[in-house]
Amino acid sequence: MFGAADERVGFLDVRLRRDRWICARGALGRVLPAALWTALAGVTAFWPQADDWPRTRELAALALLIAGALATIAFLGRRLGTIGERIRHWEPWLAALATLVAVWELLTAKLAWLPPPFFVPPQAILEVYLDEGDKLLECILYSGLLLGQGTILGAGIGFLAGIALGWSPRASYWGHPILRVLGPLPATAWLPFAFFAFPSSRSASIFLVALATGIPVAVLTWSGVSSVNSAYYDVARTLGANQRFLVWKVAVPAAMPHVFVGLFMGLSSSFAVLVVAEMMGVKAGLGWYLQWAQGWGAYANMYAALIVLALVCATLVALLFKLRDRLLAWQKGLLKW
Amino acid sequence: MVAATTALEPDIDAGLSLSFRSVSHAFALADELLPVLSGVDLEVQGGSFVAILGPSGCGKSTLLRLVAGLEQPRSGQILADGEPIAGPHPSRVVVFQDPTLYPWRTVEGNVALGLETRGLLRHRRDRIGAALRLVGLERFASAFPHQLSGGMAQRAALARALVNDPRLLILDEPLGKLDQLTRMTMQNEIVALWLNARFTTLMVTHDVEEALLMAQRVVIMTPRPATISEIIDVEMPYPRHRNDPRLIALRTLALERLGLGTYA
Repeated sequence: MFGAADERVGFLDVRLRRDRWICARGALGRVLPAALWTALAGVTAFWPQADDWPRTRELAALALLIAGALATIAFLGRRLGTIGERIRHWEPWLAALATLVAVWELLTAKLAWLPPPFFVPPQAILEVYLDEGDKLLECILYSGLLLGQGTILGAGIGFLAGIALGWSPRASYWGHPILRVLGPLPATAWLPFAFFAFPSSRSASIFLVALATGIPVAVLTWSGVSSVNSAYYDVARTLGANQRFLVWKVAVPAAMPHVFVGLFMGLSSSFAVLVVAEMMGVKAGLGWYLQWAQGWGAYANMYAALIVLALVCATLVALLFKLRDRLLAWQKGLLKW
Repeated sequence: MVAATTALEPDIDAGLSLSFRSVSHAFALADELLPVLSGVDLEVQGGSFVAILGPSGCGKSTLLRLVAGLEQPRSGQILADGEPIAGPHPSRVVVFQDPTLYPWRTVEGNVALGLETRGLLRHRRDRIGAALRLVGLERFASAFPHQLSGGMAQRAALARALVNDPRLLILDEPLGKLDQLTRMTMQNEIVALWLNARFTTLMVTHDVEEALLMAQRVVIMTPRPATISEIIDVEMPYPRHRNDPRLIALRTLALERLGLGTYA
């Protein structure tokens, strides 16, 4: 009895100590990101430059702004609720990011250990955003429009083709060999053909993006529809379902997890095709901007566009994940994801 | 659940009557025909409860698929109220051995299936709640199938069948995969549902005791190609008790007919 009680006291003691440690670490952790961003601002503003880089003051101001925002969040603490919780989750990352930018700033602008023009300091990229922001925005809009039209067209046609292939033996007979032969061909291989066969480079690009999206969607929708448990059809048929019901209310929902795999694959290959198409023929968009910046040796512009491209692609993938989580909520208990 | 007392008079109006006229069926394998049913003749009165008992793989489930209209017999005819069965119809619903609920629909959505296929969902939505209450799942209407236990899933499948006001309930080893306790409870529940609604019930099982406990007539099939070897009339009132000496005597008889007399 006593032994057990002692153990419990010991356990409480350990927990108390652990809690105190977490508190201490938490307090330090909360001020650390703000402190590091302040340090970055200081290094940027006051360390003498090896070269004369414009927009250094603006970079320091931006770092200070972020530091201020982080300090406010740390000060408000629990009062911010779930948003504060989410920001707190990223605190270690924000701290690491400040360190990374500081190292980068030192190696380029301050010490010039990494030679220009291939290596540019952070303020050069900031300069691009400040001076050419509207041009980049235009490129994002242009690329987004092209990508949107291409993927929606491709995913729609691929989805319908996949259902037809999975459902109708005749469609499967004729469609299967075509897909077998043309499916593995990378969409970029169609580029020369597309640019002379289509009236404009824009329509050619839409075709290429649609192709890149459509083929994986078609293949996976097809495999999804043809792997539906036949007992699901028996159930619906005994309850009086007609063909239409079997396709749209049984086969399609059952195939949705496959369709989403196809959409993820299609979206990533559509990014590749978009960039290549814009580099080859289209005179606008982020791919074109990358090519143009590289051609002029404007490496800061190139890096700036690369960062934007990465963020745009990541956002689109995240949006597709959100859509899947909404539509396939029923799968949550069946699969770990 | 309701434990109704004796009600043995078959209700011709509510239940579909079936007649099997020398029904034979075969499966087309790669290069030959595998006969599964040969010359099955059987009359099932409307509103009665008939169990079909036989060794596994003898073609019992095939017989049910024919009655459901999912397949057509190679020869012979099955008449429902005198009309040959041409295809599936919501008045003849099946509960399969696996609940086969649609995982992407909630319990409520699954039960709604039969109403949806017939375009009755808007006007008869109340039937869903009624069917769920009948099987004791009203609190699980918005649950997804993966959240249900095996017994609850099978109850949901039963509700999905009952929502259509069937005139024939076809049960294909519905309790075969459940644990002993759930199974015993659901045997009583199904009998009570049948006593209340008086649809015709045709149940395939390989459990001799289950057949004798639930059905009015037990049809014993031979091994494949199956034909009827014996029909046992269980003239006992409901609720029946497992330890009733009459039931035990019938069980011995049934096991003998199945060629398992030495184990009885």
